[in-house]
Amino acid sequence: MTFKALFAASATAALLLALPANAAELTVGFSQIGSESGWRAAETSVSKQEATKRKVNLKIADAQQKQENQIKAIRSFIAQNVDAIFLAPVVSTGWDSVLKEAKEAKIPVVLLDRDIDPSGKDLYLTAVTSDSVHEGAVAGEWLAKTVGDKACNVVELQGTVGASVAANRKKGFDTAIAKHANLKVVRSQTGDFTRAKGKEVMESFIKAEGGGKNICAVYAHNDDMMVGAIQAMKEAGLKPGKDILTVSIDAVPDIFKAMVAGEANATVELTPNMAGPAFDAVAAFKEKGTVPPKWIQTESRLLTAADDPQKEYDSKKGLGY
Amino acid sequence: MTALLPRRGLAQILALIVILAVDRVVSPQFFDLRLQDGRLFGSLIDVLNRGTPVALLSLGMVLVIATRGIDLSVGAVMAICGAIAASLADSHSLPVVLAAALGAGLVCGLWNGFLVAVLGMQPIVATLILMVAGRGIAQLITEGRIVTFSSPDLVWLGNGAILGVPVPIEIALGMLILTGAVVRGSALGLLIEATGGNARASELAGVGTRAMILAVYVWCGVCAALAGVIAAADIMGADANNAGLWLELDAILAVVIGGTSLFGGRFSLVLAVLGALIIQTMNTGILLSGYPPEFNLLVKAVVVLAVLLLQSPKLSGFAGIMARLRRTKP
Repeated sequence: MTFKALFAASATAALLLALPANAAELTVGFSQIGSESGWRAAETSVSKQEATKRKVNLKIADAQQKQENQIKAIRSFIAQNVDAIFLAPVVSTGWDSVLKEAKEAKIPVVLLDRDIDPSGKDLYLTAVTSDSVHEGAVAGEWLAKTVGDKACNVVELQGTVGASVAANRKKGFDTAIAKHANLKVVRSQTGDFTRAKGKEVMESFIKAEGGGKNICAVYAHNDDMMVGAIQAMKEAGLKPGKDILTVSIDAVPDIFKAMVAGEANATVELTPNMAGPAFDAVAAFKEKGTVPPKWIQTESRLLTAADDPQKEYDSKKGLGY
Repeated sequence: MTALLPRRGLAQILALIVILAVDRVVSPQFFDLRLQDGRLFGSLIDVLNRGTPVALLSLGMVLVIATRGIDLSVGAVMAICGAIAASLADSHSLPVVLAAALGAGLVCGLWNGFLVAVLGMQPIVATLILMVAGRGIAQLITEGRIVTFSSPDLVWLGNGAILGVPVPIEIALGMLILTGAVVRGSALGLLIEATGGNARASELAGVGTRAMILAVYVWCGVCAALAGVIAAADIMGADANNAGLWLELDAILAVVIGGTSLFGGRFSLVLAVLGALIIQTMNTGILLSGYPPEFNLLVKAVVVLAVLLLQSPKLSGFAGIMARLRRTKP
C-alpha cells in the first residue's frame, strides 16, 4: 500500500510538473463510504457533476463501508498533496490521528452528510450535513398548514428503531404538530425504512383504524416506506393523496412518480448535493482565507404535487437512486 | 394424513390458537373478512399473505435441517432471484421471468449442495459464503437501486387473487402439497431422515446420501427463489439491500417451532409451515396492538420462548408445568 501510495504520489507530481495547472483549479480527494443506499449513489454522482461544473479535479475513493479503507484513502490523498479532502465518515469515532496528519499537511478536511465525534471539532474545516430534526419539522408544518383546523389522525411509519435519523425525524415532526391540538399521531410503528415493511405496517394500521376511515394522514420517515404504504392503501380500496394525505422525507425519484399519479402529496428533500456547498467553502477558504462556520446546514426543500413532480423525477432518475 | 400431521403437532396448534386469541383481544376486528376488489381483505388474510415468504423458506429449510444441515443463504437467494425477476419483468413474458428466477435459485442450491455433499464442508460455513456473497450479487444485478417494474403478470403473482384468495397464499399451499406428495408419497422422506439420522450407516445400507443432500439444498434454493419472486412482486420492485434480510433466521425458527430437531433425522412439513404462521400471527398481532416499536423484538422473544417451552419434552405442556409447580409446593 505504501508503495502504491508513493507511486500514486510521484505519478501525480510528475503530472503536475508536466502540465502546470490553472491556479484556480482545485484538486479534491473524496473518501466516500460505499454503495450502501440509492441516496449514497446519487450523492456520488451529484458530487461528480458539481466538480465538473466548477472545474474541480475530484478523486473519489470508495471505502466499501470500512473505516480502515477510508483512513488509507485519506493518507493517500495527503501523499498526493490534494488541496482539500472530503470525508463521508462511515463511523463517528476513530478519526483523530489521521485527521491530525491532514492538519499537519495543511490540507483542509470537510465532512459530508455525517458528523464525527465532538473531540475532533478542531480537526476539520466544516461539516456539510442536513438537519434531520428540521426535516421532520418541515413535514409536520406542511401537514398542519394543509389540514388547517380540521381534526386529523396521523399514522407514523418510523425508521429503524435506534437509528438517530429516525429519532430525529420523529422529534422534529412531533414538535411541529404539538402546537396544533387538532393533529394527533394515533399509531406509530417501525417500517425499518423499507418498502416491504412500510406496506405490511400500513396494512395493519388500516385494519386497526376502521378500514382506514379514521386515518387522515400518513407520515413516513422515508419515501420508500411511503411507496409501500401507498400500495397498501390502494389495495384496501382507499385513495392515497385524496382520502389520506401523505408526507414523507428524502425525495427519491419514485415518490415523484406517485405524485404525478396523484397518490402522494409531499416530500422533504434530503439533498444529495453535499459536495456543492463544500466546494464553495473550500474555494473561499483557499482564495480569500474565509473560514466557514463549523456546520453548513443543507436546505431541506419541501416538494409537493404543485412543484412539477415530473420534472423532479426526470432530473433525479439518472442519479443512481 | 397421520404421516403429515403427527400427534406431536398438538403443542403448535395450541400455541397458534392462543396467539390468535390474544390477537383478537388486542384487535377486536381481527377475524373480520370482506371482499375488496375481488380479493379477501382482513387481518387473517394479512397473516397468511405476509407469512408466505417464510412459509416457503421453511418448506426448503425443514428438508435441509432433516439431513442435519442448515441453509443460511436463503435470504440472499431471495434477494438474487427477486432482482432477476424484477430486471426481466418488463421485457420478457412471465414464464421466462419465472424460469430465470427459479433457475437462479436452483443454481444457488446446487452450489450449496456441492459444497456440503461433494466437498464435505460444514453446512453452516458452506451456506454462509452464499449468504454474504449473494447479497452482493443481488446488489450488482440491481446496481444498488430499487429496480421497479410494472408488468401486470408479475404484479399479479404478488397482489392478484384466485377465487378471492391472494395468489401468494395459493402458491405456498401448492408448494406444501407438492413437497408433501413427493417426500411423503414416496420413500424419499424416509431416506432424507435416514441421511440426517446417521449418514454413514445410511450410506452403508445403500442410501445415496450425497444425492439426498444435494437434492434438499437444490429444493431449498428453489423455494427461496419463489419466495424472492413473490416478495418482489408484492412491492413491485426488487430491493437488494433489504429483500429477505434476516429471513433465514425466521425460517430456521419456523422449523424449530414446528418441532423439527436441528440434529436432523425427522421432520414435519406441515408443522414447519405452522411454525411460520405462528411467527406471522405474532408479528401481525404486534403491529395491530399499537405498542411502541421498541417492544416488538422483546414480545417476539417472549412468545417464542413460551412456544418452545410448551413443546419441551421435560415440561410437556401446561399440565406438566402445573404438576411440577404443585409438586414443588411444600
